[in-house]
Amino acid sequence: MSQLSTTAKRAGWRFASSLPALFGVLVFTFLLMRVLPGDPAVFFASGPTAGKEEIEMIRKQMGLDKPVPEQLLRYLGDIGSGNLGRSLTTGQPVLADLQSRLPASLELTFSALLIALLTAIPLGVAAALRQGSWIDHVVRFICALGVCVPTFVSGLLLIYAFYYLLGLAPDPTGRVDIFTSLPPRLTGFLLIDFALAGDWEGWRAAAAQLVLPAMTMALFVVAPLARITRAAMLASLGSDFVRTARSLGLPPAKVIVTYALRNALLPVLTIAGIVFSTMLGANVLVEKVFSWPGVASYALDALLSSDYAPVQGFVLLMASIFVVVNLTVDVLYGIADPRVSVE
Amino acid sequence: MSATPDAPLLAIEDLHVTFSTRRGLVEAVRGVSFSVAAGETLGVVGESGSGKSVTAFAVTRLLDASGRVSQGRIRFAGEDITAASSKQLRRLHGAAISMIFQNPRGALNPIRTVGQQIADAIMAHESISAGEGRARALELLKAVLIRDPEKRLDAYPHELSGGMCQRVMIAMAIACAPKLLIADEPTTGLDVTTQKTVMDLLARITAERGMAMILITHDLGLASRYCQRVCVMEQGKVVEEAQPLSLFSAPQHPYTKRLVAASPTATSTIADLAPEALSPSTVSLSPHPEEAAPAAVSKDGSVVSQPPGASFETKPAASPQDEGSAKKPAPGTPLLLEVQNLVKRYDRGVVAVNDVSFTIRAGESLGLVGESGSGKSTISRLVCRLIDASEGEILFDGQAIGTLPARDFHRSPLRKDIQIVFQDPTDSLNPRFNAFDCIAHPLRRLLNMKDGAALTARVSECAERAGLPSGLLERFPHQLSGGQKARVGIARAIACRPRLLILDEPTAALDVSVQAVILQLLDRLRREDDLALLFVSHDLNVVRMMCERTVVMQNGAIVEQGESLALFAAPQTDYARTLLEAVLHLGGPTVR
Repeated sequence: MSQLSTTAKRAGWRFASSLPALFGVLVFTFLLMRVLPGDPAVFFASGPTAGKEEIEMIRKQMGLDKPVPEQLLRYLGDIGSGNLGRSLTTGQPVLADLQSRLPASLELTFSALLIALLTAIPLGVAAALRQGSWIDHVVRFICALGVCVPTFVSGLLLIYAFYYLLGLAPDPTGRVDIFTSLPPRLTGFLLIDFALAGDWEGWRAAAAQLVLPAMTMALFVVAPLARITRAAMLASLGSDFVRTARSLGLPPAKVIVTYALRNALLPVLTIAGIVFSTMLGANVLVEKVFSWPGVASYALDALLSSDYAPVQGFVLLMASIFVVVNLTVDVLYGIADPRVSVE
Repeated sequence: MSATPDAPLLAIEDLHVTFSTRRGLVEAVRGVSFSVAAGETLGVVGESGSGKSVTAFAVTRLLDASGRVSQGRIRFAGEDITAASSKQLRRLHGAAISMIFQNPRGALNPIRTVGQQIADAIMAHESISAGEGRARALELLKAVLIRDPEKRLDAYPHELSGGMCQRVMIAMAIACAPKLLIADEPTTGLDVTTQKTVMDLLARITAERGMAMILITHDLGLASRYCQRVCVMEQGKVVEEAQPLSLFSAPQHPYTKRLVAASPTATSTIADLAPEALSPSTVSLSPHPEEAAPAAVSKDGSVVSQPPGASFETKPAASPQDEGSAKKPAPGTPLLLEVQNLVKRYDRGVVAVNDVSFTIRAGESLGLVGESGSGKSTISRLVCRLIDASEGEILFDGQAIGTLPARDFHRSPLRKDIQIVFQDPTDSLNPRFNAFDCIAHPLRRLLNMKDGAALTARVSECAERAGLPSGLLERFPHQLSGGQKARVGIARAIACRPRLLILDEPTAALDVSVQAVILQLLDRLRREDDLALLFVSHDLNVVRMMCERTVVMQNGAIVEQGESLALFAAPQTDYARTLLEAVLHLGGPTVR
């Protein structure tokens, strides 16, 4: 019980101490968007023939004629009241856009992370158990390959192989093909919504769409996860307590899983948190290649058209997710490692 | 061959163990033979690198992947272990042979409760339910006399003290009633009193349950007290084997003789420790030939080398006939250090040092003893002005130095007068600095000496005085032996010619023979420079030899202080008496 309460206390403290960082991110992105070249008013004027007055009018409408500090204050005020502004490209409130697109990104990232962990941990463990053998070298090769090949290349390769050549995968266009009827939106995660609706055919269709992009992303992050698993596993296999377990004649499976692997997973947990946050923001290429309607491609489109509000909203979202992920990792770490809660 | 009734439980015949390293094959054990009878306790003693632990790991077949038994046989109950399959070995491990390790906390899984770990040990050999396992674990915790066994069952190793962790380790090792227990330095790193209780427990349990035990240790006192027979190992070979009493009272082999001489006893003096180090012709005891020779004091008792350009006064060293090495400073010598009502509190109300007062005169050496957690290291850091006191005053040479915050003290002109030698010779040296830079660092920072002939001369002078051959100055810490690193640490500390030298367990990480030489070196430096020493140690014999006065600490407070000789002869308080009684002496009575 006391362990839980100390963990909760630590998590609360962590959360509170990350608020200033969130605020800093907010202000920094706001200022960055103002100094970037490109005038949104010019961009959104009716056409290249638009007159000066028209542009001035749009400026006034968007509040761009006010001094920057005042714009910042108004922006902060808006965020405080839950208004992230309106996207000029989609015409929708940014909050609504993000809400509808975030589950797509999260679903993709979670699946990718799951695939990556399920591949990386056994690979890392195998490499550590047979250090210097051919298994170790093969794992090293796979890792090098995963890091070297950019995601848009590996994504296209996978499409070429599984969709074009083998015909195993459906066309890489979005989350479901147009013929599948969508389940009632409850969570926004298609796999969960389909499952809740009991529509298993739809579930399979959604899963089939998900596999290739998720694998593409997983391929990219398998390397750090497998390498850290291998290193941590080597360290714990060489540790005194594993030697103790062996000296007592514990079964090999118990020594490897309960003694070595459970200890080795602690650093993997930390890295997995970082990897997850990175994937969520960096999966824009995958989203583009697979026409995935996620938040990252949304933000990129907005950035290219000098649409301030969605970009700022996206950065704020990413920063918040980073904080939440870090908190989760922290709490999980506190549960997994009893030594942490001492401090 | 099958076991005959009178055959020994364990017989090692001509064992060779080789390690493949980057520099080729290294033979760590070279033809070791000994045997252990059922129920017998055999001691294996030797210094680091003698191959005693490697022999133990060969017996249990737990050698690193790079090591293998290249020759010889190990018979356990008639069975040749060197040929056993991994399946056979798994049946032997824990159930027939089990091991107890040094560093008990590291030997336990940090994220599993001790109850689960003990149950794991039982369930490796018996098919019982988890509930039964827990009940048996509780019984075992009671058998190893842990306080509040019910509560400890669900504790994690980091919540237990080192002594308790070792008890848990013992519980795991005896869980399946093995015939042979191998204890590899089971009490190294534990306090003297804990050491005694853990060893007494081991001796009692092995006697009660009829287990044989191999006790591997570098501590001759420990071996002489708890073993029926002792093997002395040197460089991978057994050089002598005998009953402890005859071995230590009349050692036959030259190595055993040196080892016995180097072990501090209740009556030995600094000069006794390594009498042969006095003559330069003696073959060095340590694997590094440079180790012993440079500490030389010539036979007539005067200092051998007076470094060129040394500006300090040289005093003749005491001859070995002097009572102890302690030489009282003349009465009326001014106080160099005065500590008044020192208190150090940490967050959450932990009081590390509670109202401590003591003084040191110029040229005097004061010993600070106590168990871990008694606050002695905190005091050394407070006096050295590395951390700030919560209350109290520190006067150095009449000046209050406690007022300047610790992080600004390096700017004080007194910084160079108070220097410290740390416990861990490796961790206290910058791995990217070679020995020269390590020693030159304080000269550059505190005396603003610029690179040049003067700095070079000063560094070589310090190195020479610390007994570090000048050829080693270019080496980096990882290229030096433990004793050599200790010398670099000492040379660095004396570089600025301090008036007070704080020694925080300076020899705790060193072998006895190296310790002997380092202690002689420190004693000589003290005489030559009229250095005052604050000597922090858990080794009471060492403190008795090195210090004129001793302060005994417990739980952050001083329980007793006085002249070392008087204090050690007739301690006034119970705590000091307990501490002294726990010290093991060579040739003392054997427990069983």
